[in-house]
Amino acid sequence: MTLSELKQGAIGIVKEFTDLEMSVKLMEMGCLPGEVITVARVAPLGDPIAVNVAGYQLSLRKFEASTIILQ
Amino acid sequence: MKTDLRVALVGNPNTGKSTLFNTLTGLNQKIGNFPGVTVDKKTGYCQLPDGRNAQIIDLPGTYSLYPKSQDESIVFSILADKANPLRPDLVVVILDATNLKRNLLLYTQVADLKIPVIIALNMMDLAKKSGISIDIDLFSKKLGVPVVPMSARRLDGIDKLKTAISFANSIALQEESIDVETIAPQLIGQITKEFKLDNPYYALQLAHQHETIKFISPAESDRIEALEQEFSFHSQKAQASETIARYNFINDLLYDTVKVPETAQEQTVSNRIDKVLTHKVFGFIIFFGVLLFMFQSIFSWSAYPMELIADAFVWVQSHLHQILPAGPLTGLFVDGVIGGLSGVMVFIPQIAILFAFISILEDTGYMSRVTFMMDKLMRKVGLNGKSVVPLIGGFACAVPSIMSTRTIENWKDRMITIMVTPLVTCSARLPIYTLLIALVVPNRNVWWLFNMQGLALTGMYVFSLISAVICAFVFKLILKGRERGYFIMELPVYRMPRWNNVAYSMYERSKAFVLQAGKVIIAISVILWVLASYGPGDRFKQIEQKYSRPQYLQKLKPDELKRAINSEKLENSYAGVLGHAIEPAIKPLGFDWKIGIALITSFAAREVFVGTMATIYSVEGSAEKMESVQQKMKTATNPETGRPVFSLAVAFSLMMFYAFAMQCASTVAVVYRETKNWKWPAIQFAYMTVLAYAASFLAYHLLK
Repeated sequence: MTLSELKQGAIGIVKEFTDLEMSVKLMEMGCLPGEVITVARVAPLGDPIAVNVAGYQLSLRKFEASTIILQ
Repeated sequence: MKTDLRVALVGNPNTGKSTLFNTLTGLNQKIGNFPGVTVDKKTGYCQLPDGRNAQIIDLPGTYSLYPKSQDESIVFSILADKANPLRPDLVVVILDATNLKRNLLLYTQVADLKIPVIIALNMMDLAKKSGISIDIDLFSKKLGVPVVPMSARRLDGIDKLKTAISFANSIALQEESIDVETIAPQLIGQITKEFKLDNPYYALQLAHQHETIKFISPAESDRIEALEQEFSFHSQKAQASETIARYNFINDLLYDTVKVPETAQEQTVSNRIDKVLTHKVFGFIIFFGVLLFMFQSIFSWSAYPMELIADAFVWVQSHLHQILPAGPLTGLFVDGVIGGLSGVMVFIPQIAILFAFISILEDTGYMSRVTFMMDKLMRKVGLNGKSVVPLIGGFACAVPSIMSTRTIENWKDRMITIMVTPLVTCSARLPIYTLLIALVVPNRNVWWLFNMQGLALTGMYVFSLISAVICAFVFKLILKGRERGYFIMELPVYRMPRWNNVAYSMYERSKAFVLQAGKVIIAISVILWVLASYGPGDRFKQIEQKYSRPQYLQKLKPDELKRAINSEKLENSYAGVLGHAIEPAIKPLGFDWKIGIALITSFAAREVFVGTMATIYSVEGSAEKMESVQQKMKTATNPETGRPVFSLAVAFSLMMFYAFAMQCASTVAVVYRETKNWKWPAIQFAYMTVLAYAASFLAYHLLK
């Protein structure tokens, strides 16, 4: 399951990434394997989404979220 | 000022870095550019408790030393390049105490470069409120650096920070965070040896960034590339393992020193606000309301100060004319230079107000939400959620709006935004539209409710937005992106705006505009003044001789005589000659040579059109007397056909021309300033002129 499939309010744990370049950026922002991640909100037009991770809120596009695989 | 110590401020975005910088330096600051790049360099001075003067450099906010934008790439260059005159003796890393984990990544990177470091633990008040407890002594001991808890916005801890700066060691004493060498042992060893370096992390950073940093020679860069091949170094994989190692270190550190309650209280408050502000329906309504208010304020609040500035310049000009001896030099100085200067200064109120709004929207965190809401819509046409603000600001003036595109990190998105922003109907087009619409559109109501003139004006505004969107889409297909577009962005918690920062931002942006765009505007104004005030050969002399004959002197009143002379002089000036020269080119658009002069003179600024029309039709009094210009223009007839010059077709053709043509020297100047390459303003000027010509041609022939 990827982060883009996670429902609003649901909780997941980051397992791995499918895109190396994206993963470097995401990990710098604190989104690392083992981190608990929850979907806080979806933008009014369905994309991007806002997630809570590492103690703050991060927004990312659905495509970017689809490169994050959850446990 | 004498510099005893150089201190750089480094930190993540939204950590209160600018507030701290403003507090430390006061108005004692200077904004310039880092050599070769369009990144604002903010430096200032701060007196330390021991009497020494510290120069403070505010480096752009970044999450990591691996840059994602041009702004961020400066940070590593300043910190690492030993030959850089701005290289700091000490780095103050600002950490947001409410979000230590992510903030510490950048700290560990900076610390490993082995420059003396102090930690400013900011936002302690908010951390306490959220129930976060930090064992500061243990935290400081484990890292081996001084840690100053503070709250820059409440001015808590500023003096302690100054003391800590003055007592700072000149050698780096911080503990190692990770064992850098294990990431690429052979490569780091070889680079350290060949380049005679004393720091393994610096060697690793060179391996990652050698292609983009400017302070190593191409030969050195090639050598590093060869070494990377030899040891099969993969930059992204190495970055990934470095980041994981750093977060392991950070997690261990925080486990021992920081206690965070389950959900921070601040987050939940922000979430509640977001439920409304990013709501499917209310979100857009509120956003629209905010824009409307902003747009209205830029118009209405700036009207009075703009008038004051314009009046002040008129007063100065008329006084100087009285004091200085009449002659070409006085004319050039008073009408050319000071006239040009007033054209620059009148924009200040609009720029200041627009930037006040933008800095409030950014400070509170609302701007990130706008980006979040609009991203999907804007992406479809090649723009970015962040393009919304410049485009809307374009209704007031393209100049500050183009300056505000700096918030867009992605190069392609930013370029497209810059290219299409001048298409949006700015306030300078308003007098032209109102003048022309009043000429040809009847002042009548349709369906009882809508005034036809108002509808025509609204139509021009909507039309401009549509054309901007279409052009953006075309640019999306043409331009090649330099980097992949990301939208991985922090949504900061909502905070009250810091009014000091708002004031600084208004002051800074206005100053930068006057100093940099102003030079070009003045130059162009001087050229235009010369073109309109001098004629080839002795034509001017002949005109004066002609009107000094008795039949004119007796028949005409003095002011009528003056108008007649001025009108004929304009026709025979270089500008008039140019007007006649371009007449064949603009005839297909329905324009005659008089409109041609207005097109030429209004290159500097669109609003000059009305003034030139007034001069050409030799209207009494000031150019502001729209009624009289209107009447003169209405009665003007074409000598060949005997029909009115300003028919419906001509008026709409002119409006189309002004809707598209890049008739604004300030915009050209600011696009150059923001892109640092004349190619972009040239392309913009060319495509807009072509569009203007085509649209005018169509409008004229369809309505004729």
